[in-house]
Amino acid sequence: MNRLLLNKIILVLSTLSAIIGISFLFWILATLTYKGVSSLHLSTFTEDLVNGGIRNLLVGQFTMALIASAIAVPIGMFAGIWLREYSNQSKLASVIRNLSDVMMSAPSIVIGVFVYALFVAPFGSYNGFAGIVALTIMMIPIIISTTDNMLALVPKELREAGIALGGSKHKIIVQIIIKAAKVGITTGVLLSFARIIGETAPLLFTSANNQFFTMDLTGQFPSLTVSIYNLATYPDEASRELAWAASFVLTAIVLIINLTGRYMTRNKK
Amino acid sequence: MSNLIMETKDFSFTYAGVDAPSLKKINLPIEKNKITAMIGPSGCGKSTLLRAMNRIHDLYPGNKYEGEINLYGAEGKENILNLKKENDLIRLRQDVGMIFQKPTPFPMSIYDNVAYGMRLAGVKDKSELDDRVEKALQDSAIWKETKDRLNTSALGMSGGQQQRLCIARAVALKPDVMLFDEPTSALDPISTGAIEELIAEIKKDVSVVIVTHNMQQASRLSDYTAFMYLGDLIEYDKTDTIFMNPNEKLTEDYITGRFG
Repeated sequence: MNRLLLNKIILVLSTLSAIIGISFLFWILATLTYKGVSSLHLSTFTEDLVNGGIRNLLVGQFTMALIASAIAVPIGMFAGIWLREYSNQSKLASVIRNLSDVMMSAPSIVIGVFVYALFVAPFGSYNGFAGIVALTIMMIPIIISTTDNMLALVPKELREAGIALGGSKHKIIVQIIIKAAKVGITTGVLLSFARIIGETAPLLFTSANNQFFTMDLTGQFPSLTVSIYNLATYPDEASRELAWAASFVLTAIVLIINLTGRYMTRNKK
Repeated sequence: MSNLIMETKDFSFTYAGVDAPSLKKINLPIEKNKITAMIGPSGCGKSTLLRAMNRIHDLYPGNKYEGEINLYGAEGKENILNLKKENDLIRLRQDVGMIFQKPTPFPMSIYDNVAYGMRLAGVKDKSELDDRVEKALQDSAIWKETKDRLNTSALGMSGGQQQRLCIARAVALKPDVMLFDEPTSALDPISTGAIEELIAEIKKDVSVVIVTHNMQQASRLSDYTAFMYLGDLIEYDKTDTIFMNPNEKLTEDYITGRFG
């Protein structure tokens, strides 16, 4: 009797908790959609921030995130390949793996401060390069750990089979092992891109923000997330509406990238 | 001991980080164009010995080989334990193929799976590749099932087909010796039968060493049998002798199922 009662209590509690957790998510999405869509106009996408649009912000945010990915993905992948395929699980490898995991959970504001000291303070001005460096630093450990974990899922028999057919180690890794882990690694890259495209803290005092359209990475660089942070604190209604619209667009982008990543894993495995 | 393709002489093997050797002074002949089965309880060292014959142990650092393993290939007698350079090891593995317990198709098309080893070996000519892929698939008795879907992924085949594909892949390289590491223990009885027929068939071209837990399989399939126990080669003889009239008490106990 007692056991049945306990079972029911726990069932009710966990169902309740699940409902509470999910309802917050839907609350956020609903508010965002409601406020965001009503503030969204065609001009939001065609005008720059100075004229009440987010065109330059989107371009700026994507520029920084894409360049950061172009640097972080190869570095992270090679590091992950070294960790899993070449390190023979040595002491050094476990130190690097742990450090990378620590880096992954490092508060992003700390990375921002670090990059500020290195790439902003000496030059005397906020600049786009500093923002890219900060995003790259955030992204590398995520790519390392994804690559490492996805390669670990490839059975060791596949490596042995390749070697037994007369392959050299690097050929087997490039032509077979990475191919076998391709879907997982691609998903990891997508998810980590979704992660950094929505980051504010690392950009706050590295690239800062720019009201105008620019591709000049040596100066302040337009950022969607930093703009949302700024706009939301302004007193006028137009700014806050734009903040809602920008938040909605950002959420939509992140959601789409995330869903694409998940869709790929589900279908290809 | 007339017609050898391989032999181990006082061969000992020690895994990295372990003090005691896992194989102790093994002297085992491998007859040409015959099937040699290695049997024994788990942990007796039969797989370890098999994996020394193509030096696949070298994938993991720190293992120690002692003694000799001689291969009587096209270039005459060669102690494979003396091979140092990666290129020499690659050549060894082209001469001594290996099939694993679980089928290991590569994530590519059926055609590319079979062509892969030949491409590694430097075969570039498309028509030669086509011919040898077809021949290998025919020799492995899966040409009929695969000829209309050579360009589809090998991962979509059944387990038994995948294993025959792996055999085709190895046969395509025209090796001197094929090593089978429990090739049917992950397969159903019908697939097992097909693989056994195939092994019996290919022995006219290559010499076969097979590790198996299945004693019926060893007695059905092999010409010679080696019984191993705790890192020692207890007895080696014609398969009939081992199963009907073994010299050692230990062999008889194992064969009759008294332990193991």
